[in-house]
Amino acid sequence: MPETKPVLMQGNEACAVGAIAAGVRFYAGYPITPSTEVAEQMAAKLPEIGGVFIQMEDEIASMAAVIGASIGGMRTLTATSGPGFSLKQENLGYAIMAEIPCVVVNVQRMGPSTGVPTAPAQGDVMQARWGTHGDHPIIVFTPASVYESYYLTIAAVNLSQKLRQPVIVLLDEVIGHMREKVTIPEGKLMVEKSSDKVPSDWKPYDEKGLTPLVPFGFGHYYHVTGLFHDQYGFPTGDPPQVERALDRLHEKLEKYRDEIVLTNYIGHKEPRVAIVTYGCTVRSARSVVKKAYWQNRLPVGLLSLQTVWPFPAKEIEALAKQADVIIVPEMNRGQLVGEVERYACGEAKVVPLNRYDGEMINPDQISEEVGRWL
Amino acid sequence: MEQLTQDFLRTKKLPHIWCPGCGNGIVTAALVRAIERTGYDQKDVVIVSGIGCSSRAAGYLNFNTLHTTHGRALAFATGLKMARPELKLFVIMGDGDCSAIGGNHFIHSARRNIDLNAIIVNNHIYGMTGGQHSPLTPTGKKATTAPRGTLERPFDLLELARGAGATFGAKGNAAQPRQLEQLIIRAANHKGFSVIEALSPCPIAYGRRNKLGGAVDMLRDMKEKSISVERAANMDEEELEDRTINGVLYSIDAPEFAEAYYHSIGKDIG
Ligand SMILES: Cc1ncc(C[n+]2csc(CCOP(=O)(O)OP(=O)(O)O)c2C)c(N)n1
Ligand code: SF4
Ligand SMILES: [Mg+2]
Repeated sequence: MPETKPVLMQGNEACAVGAIAAGVRFYAGYPITPSTEVAEQMAAKLPEIGGVFIQMEDEIASMAAVIGASIGGMRTLTATSGPGFSLKQENLGYAIMAEIPCVVVNVQRMGPSTGVPTAPAQGDVMQARWGTHGDHPIIVFTPASVYESYYLTIAAVNLSQKLRQPVIVLLDEVIGHMREKVTIPEGKLMVEKSSDKVPSDWKPYDEKGLTPLVPFGFGHYYHVTGLFHDQYGFPTGDPPQVERALDRLHEKLEKYRDEIVLTNYIGHKEPRVAIVTYGCTVRSARSVVKKAYWQNRLPVGLLSLQTVWPFPAKEIEALAKQADVIIVPEMNRGQLVGEVERYACGEAKVVPLNRYDGEMINPDQISEEVGRWL
Repeated sequence: MEQLTQDFLRTKKLPHIWCPGCGNGIVTAALVRAIERTGYDQKDVVIVSGIGCSSRAAGYLNFNTLHTTHGRALAFATGLKMARPELKLFVIMGDGDCSAIGGNHFIHSARRNIDLNAIIVNNHIYGMTGGQHSPLTPTGKKATTAPRGTLERPFDLLELARGAGATFGAKGNAAQPRQLEQLIIRAANHKGFSVIEALSPCPIAYGRRNKLGGAVDMLRDMKEKSISVERAANMDEEELEDRTINGVLYSIDAPEFAEAYYHSIGKDIG
């Protein structure tokens, strides 16, 4: 893939550029700090390439419009922040149930409620997992740089298409507003649809496994509903069918788990103290590990999570067998740390490190905590 | 003609879930006949609906059908129409669905004047949840959540839509299904946001509690009260009291949103 010259870009802009590279041609949204730049970028760019930008009356409508456009065959994106993310939840659940692909960017800000609109936080990790009702599966990516915002949005669009499953890109204010040099590969980065030919025995919800979405308007008359449904989309309340249908939604993600769960480890091969984190906090942690391991050869490592849901359980289990202590810095009162603890299974001591005053966790804070356990 | 009607129904999904005497079946049948008479290609027609008894109609119609979330049908439809402007969308909603939880999407669809055909099945009540009052329940009528009669005033739905920018508004009822069918055809042929309010009896959750008799009585009453726009034009306020004016109340030419959008980006929607 030929690469162009590096450009200076903001995290939010990288989401927009990535989405377009992945074939997104429809955006519906409602303005909210600190996500508005995604909408502004899409408003400028989509009309130039024949796409649709629409500012809806609220976030509920934005989520609905995106699902409607996806059913029409477009690749779609919407972006928001905490309060708007709350409003999107019901229709997000609809997209999961009806297996309609779409990508939702949530640039986290300090909550609850209106909170501190301009301050960064990582308080929506659990909402991203469980915000909509019911026992649903979800995919959530957490970029830690502008470049990651770009390529994880591309991955989100492609995975969402492949699995017919909504994907959330969970940014935080720091990453969304940060400017960094990125090198954008040239050309499209979308996974092409394997074939436009629809097999004669096509079923919209084939229980045998992944089946492409055939958009409305091509003579395949099926039903789409948020009710539990059979293979053809028609409502059912039959207990075995309901159970099977819910299992199917989860099994899709389990089967493609290794494509979905992205993590990255740096540092000592056999760390005594490991850091596990995600989003902008990775940046502070990385500078700690650089100093501790690369300069001073201390047994310290960092597992950064690009995917927080489905949770990287295997990776944590393996890490817990190596490390004595796992430190989990988060800009909240401790959300993902519970999950880390669960999969560390007592093999390593899990230590939360929290900050929730609207400021980033800085390297000194992490370094101090690491020092305590070395 | 009869043959086509059969093609447009998912006969295997029948019998429907509606109570005996419910008006939803009559309105649905009028819609199917109207679609048939427009001559639209079956593959271009999409039925979108919200949540409620009336919205279940989508499941019985043999098109691409989209049964959405409560109140949000128009927002889903807006996305689909913008993505695929060549499609013909009929959006079925209940009175509560459209005017309470979905009120915001309703006025904004009207404001945009997007080419959707909104069919509101107005039974003056929340049918599916067992008879709570809706924004279209007349003042004084009883509901499970207004056991002494509601004190609230109802919307005039078609005036609300007109004020918000809708360019076509018509009222019909289940007691005069042929007229309703004609109104739906005219709405379909109108370019822009079209609103059809179809009065429909809910004998179970509304009629019984308000002592309006059975389905037959409710339909008779509906028919007796109905008066055409043309005849109403020559009547004074007193004569019109307690009557419902039926027919096309307004039909206005104004730029349609999807077409304007595609035109602005240099594309022809055909
Ligand atoms: C968000 C949400 N709130 C509430 C409900 C429960 N609910 C289902 S249908 C309905 C009202 C239906 O009344 P109406 O729209 O008039 O349709 P009808 O059943 O009378 O045809 C309500 C409140 C729901 N499904 N979703
Ligand atoms: S409750 Fe009313 S609206 Fe619902 S099916 Fe029964 S009669 Fe029809
Ligand atoms: Mg109703």
